[in-house]
Amino acid sequence: MSLSNYIDYVILPILAVSLLLVFIRLFKGPTTVDRVIALDLLITIGVGVITVYSISTRKPILMDTGMILALIAFLGTIAFSYYLERRRKND
Amino acid sequence: MTDITIMVLSTIGALSILFAAIGILRMPDFYLRLSVTVKAATLGSGLLLLSAAVFFPEAYVTTKVFAIIFFLVLTAPVAAHMIGRVAYLINARRWDGTVLDELEGMYDKENKVLLSDAEAAKTREDKAADDQAG
Repeated sequence: MSLSNYIDYVILPILAVSLLLVFIRLFKGPTTVDRVIALDLLITIGVGVITVYSISTRKPILMDTGMILALIAFLGTIAFSYYLERRRKND
Repeated sequence: MTDITIMVLSTIGALSILFAAIGILRMPDFYLRLSVTVKAATLGSGLLLLSAAVFFPEAYVTTKVFAIIFFLVLTAPVAAHMIGRVAYLINARRWDGTVLDELEGMYDKENKVLLSDAEAAKTREDKAADDQAG
């Protein structure tokens, strides 16, 4: 079994199942903070998917997207927590 | 040999991401979900990125991979701390089986300041004195 086949038939399905599980939590999530960490986890798994896909297709240029996604995940979580804290103050 | 290394690294990484996903779905409250997911997902993404660094022989890919890993490891705890603090401030619901809350009475929730042991004790005494006087 070649490396490309192994990634396509074993690693990517595992990551797809975990994306699905996290998406259920994003959909159900009783509070806003649950949804925020689900979104953060979704983007972190996305970085992994992009990396594995770039190994499978032998295109290292895709890795740039992973770097931007990691930045967006951090900024998104910080922005959400900032505005959740502010919202409480104005109530 | 390189193929075997990449397979082992990516399998461990994918499995720890799967455990993080199961954890965020099955854990009973926000704080447990936070503590399960952040560590496992950072480890998993880091291992997948490391397997990419092993696969591509070019130096610029390795540099990029280590920059992403460094950034993930640096920012994930900061983001988790921020969102956990906000969840405590807006009183996110706790699991019924929680046995210990070490921040109980230590947080000045109006001004969002964490008090020291002595200050918290003083606040409690003042409140008790007020209750007796009133």
